[in-house]
Amino acid sequence: MDMHSDGTFELRRSQRKRIGMVLAGILFLATIFGIVVLMALLVDVILTAAPWLDAQFVHSFPSSTPGEAGIWSPLIGTLWLMGLTALISVPLGVASALYLEEYAQDGWFLRLIQVNIANLAGVPSVVYGILGLALFVRFASLENSLLAGALTLSLLILPIIIISTQEALRSLPSGIRESAFALGATRWQVIYSHVLPMAAPGIMTGVILALSRAIGETAPLILVGALTFVPFVPRGAMDQFTALPIQIFNWTARPQDEFRGLAAAAIVILMILLFTMNLTAILLRNYFEERRAGA
Amino acid sequence: MSTNEPTDDAPPSPPAPSPASADEATPDARPQSTRDDTPPADASPSAEPSVEPKLNIDDLHFWYSDNHALQGITMDVQPNKVTALIGPSGCGKSTLLRCLNRMNELIQGTTLEGTILVDGQDIYAEDTDPVMVRRRVGMVFQKPNPFPKTIYKNVAWGAEINGYTGDVDALVERSLRQAALWDEVKDQLHTSALNLSGGQQQRLCIARTLAVQPDVVLMDEPASALDPIATSKVEETITELKKDYTIVIVTHNMQQASRISDETAFLYMGRLVEMNPTDELFTRPEKDRTEAYVTGRFG
Amino acid sequence: MSTTPSPPPTTADNETTRGPRPADDLRQQVYDSPKEKAIEYALGACALVSVLTTLGIAAVLLIESIPFFQSVPLSEFFGETRWTPQFTEKHFGIWALLSGTLLVTVISAVVALPVGLASAIFISEYASTWVRKILKPGLELLAGVPTVVYGYFALSFVTPLLQTFVPGLGVYNALSAGIVVGIMIIPMVASLSEDALQAVPNTLARAAYALGATKYEAVVRVNVPAAFGGIMASFILAVSRAIGETMIVTLAAGASPKTTADPTEAIQTMTAFIVQVSKGDTPQGTIEYQSIFAVGLVLFLITLAMNVFANRITRRYQEKY
Repeated sequence: MDMHSDGTFELRRSQRKRIGMVLAGILFLATIFGIVVLMALLVDVILTAAPWLDAQFVHSFPSSTPGEAGIWSPLIGTLWLMGLTALISVPLGVASALYLEEYAQDGWFLRLIQVNIANLAGVPSVVYGILGLALFVRFASLENSLLAGALTLSLLILPIIIISTQEALRSLPSGIRESAFALGATRWQVIYSHVLPMAAPGIMTGVILALSRAIGETAPLILVGALTFVPFVPRGAMDQFTALPIQIFNWTARPQDEFRGLAAAAIVILMILLFTMNLTAILLRNYFEERRAGA
Repeated sequence: MSTNEPTDDAPPSPPAPSPASADEATPDARPQSTRDDTPPADASPSAEPSVEPKLNIDDLHFWYSDNHALQGITMDVQPNKVTALIGPSGCGKSTLLRCLNRMNELIQGTTLEGTILVDGQDIYAEDTDPVMVRRRVGMVFQKPNPFPKTIYKNVAWGAEINGYTGDVDALVERSLRQAALWDEVKDQLHTSALNLSGGQQQRLCIARTLAVQPDVVLMDEPASALDPIATSKVEETITELKKDYTIVIVTHNMQQASRISDETAFLYMGRLVEMNPTDELFTRPEKDRTEAYVTGRFG
Repeated sequence: MSTTPSPPPTTADNETTRGPRPADDLRQQVYDSPKEKAIEYALGACALVSVLTTLGIAAVLLIESIPFFQSVPLSEFFGETRWTPQFTEKHFGIWALLSGTLLVTVISAVVALPVGLASAIFISEYASTWVRKILKPGLELLAGVPTVVYGYFALSFVTPLLQTFVPGLGVYNALSAGIVVGIMIIPMVASLSEDALQAVPNTLARAAYALGATKYEAVVRVNVPAAFGGIMASFILAVSRAIGETMIVTLAAGASPKTTADPTEAIQTMTAFIVQVSKGDTPQGTIEYQSIFAVGLVLFLITLAMNVFANRITRRYQEKY
């Protein structure tokens, strides 16, 4: 029997190759589209901001006179929020992740919590704002305080911290836990002496990224009643406050060009803060990965 | 090859007229005073000669979810001997080893039936604490896995968490000497353990285990990740250690088993086929399947 | 003597004097000591906070919506097309807000899904290691830009740019907001789709090459279909994110709730409405105040349904490989 059919192959080698090249080109252009937009955004913001950016801008309070306006109180408010949010969300998030990874037994309860966390991560931030408004501002009578804002932001980033901490815990070599257990350690001794120190850089990376997400949030803070014009610096967690994104929102929403310039200048300050945090996180992650590879 | 199915003679009964005699070191040969965290005053370690088996394993079954990995293992381990567990990959030898200090229960979805006694105490009894079991029965793993800390801390950590109140420096030195590592590392005790070579790391892991002062040391293919020179160092260390410890070692290397062990148990498909003094098992195996395995016809 | 079966555990347990250690040695409760138990329960309590958060969201939205739906019947909520809570003649037809949300979401999907998927394919299948090392942090930075900054960008850069092509385009319009929301979710589509593509075993592509396939044929006809489930999940999650996006639409899409499909018009989304009401000093107990919980409930249910669905797809395809 003849092994070959009587049909012939039309390989169209060059045509197929050309399609491949064109496709690769299109894919490349699509990929750099995002980067180009980011560049356009940054250039636009910086050019608009340039005339307004100076030391006086950083050290002045917001004002209805554009020439005198600054971002001192929003900047301090953002730093307060970041600190309080970290204080609340990091212990909660790391503890949750430790429970889920190191203690919880496989079963419906663990799966329920995991599915719940995954879904919480996708809840719109404005919904967290509604929760904060009803729960912290009204029900717990915290009013529009820094604490109400920080609690709301903490719940918002809690799923992110839990998920990234779980990943950091999972990436540890399991032999470390085993050998510590084999020496007669209890679970907490294993966690405290080995798991946490080894996972610390990974956890830190996740925490920094989560906090940078938190300080960029605007909608939840509007819901919990962050003020838009604050001529004072908060002195405690129960004080009223404003924050950089709120100030940016306020200035952007005004029709006059001067306020657009102020908004851009505030964006530059916020982005410097965020890029510094992101860069720290990336460097930390790279250092961690290199050290792991070397070990 | 072999026609003799191990399933035919379950439960396998290892007829080992053990030559355990008094010329071997007795359990109290090593200092007991350092274990001052637990024993009440009436502890009298030297009361009896060591003719009683150190470990009794009786009709042990083990499952990884649905996988019936151990199917009724019954065997005794003699004190101050090196007992080797051999058998082809997947025969259950590592699983058996890890049952002996309750390491398997760290894996979710596993089930165990049967009893394991250490000095007559059921280590799986309701009121037995796994931490106490693991302090008594230490373990060295296949891959050297020192903690990413200094050499000193690696050895001292287990003793510290177990509330050791004696001289930690002396304990570290003694443990490192027992593991034949002291001379190589005594000038770099406070440098990272990760800088050591693979063989040194494995001996450090042995020292780390000894610092907790267990009775039994389990070793899961401790030399399989090492080069020949490092392997012979580890083997020498093991031979030294049996003066003071009962050692159970899993190995896939039959030369190694014959070099270092006093007794050998051959496992196949989750069952114990044969357990005998090592030279007997290798020269005059009772079962066809054992002979087939030790002569290299399968596995 | 090893031939004899081991003594039954009861006998052995009573042999307290045998061996170098007393029998109660092994029974000291260390692993489950009170301290260990306390730590376990404390950590478990922290893990419960996430469950309580979900319950809290559901409870708050439901409880505060009840008075709203007592004065606004569901028939009006879902039957009416006007949304005018601030007028004297109040109408509460959610369709006006839903259509605004839908319009922005469709525009953003048109931008983000093709671009995001293309980026994922390029990064996963074409980019060399060092190109990937530049592109991925770039996309991560894009993902890290706060939404209020995107809102500024939409209003002060994209809208003026669009006005040069689209004559008569107003300052506030769905098109500009939709495009920028799309840009915002590109990194999400790209990174989740890339994960899906990476999860496909490369033996599949090798098999295609062995049959004489070219690179693009292996990628487009083998790898992408094999990762279909994960790519769909990334699309759904990204669209759900677009639905919940707030600041871009608040700043750039306007505040005029209307049922329209014209992208050049000013509209209002559900999220923008919530912000608009809470920005003003709306007293607790008024119907406007209650309306944000009703709208929030709709928003929460829609996004939750999409997330649950997408996460289910993801888990299924993760099990496949």
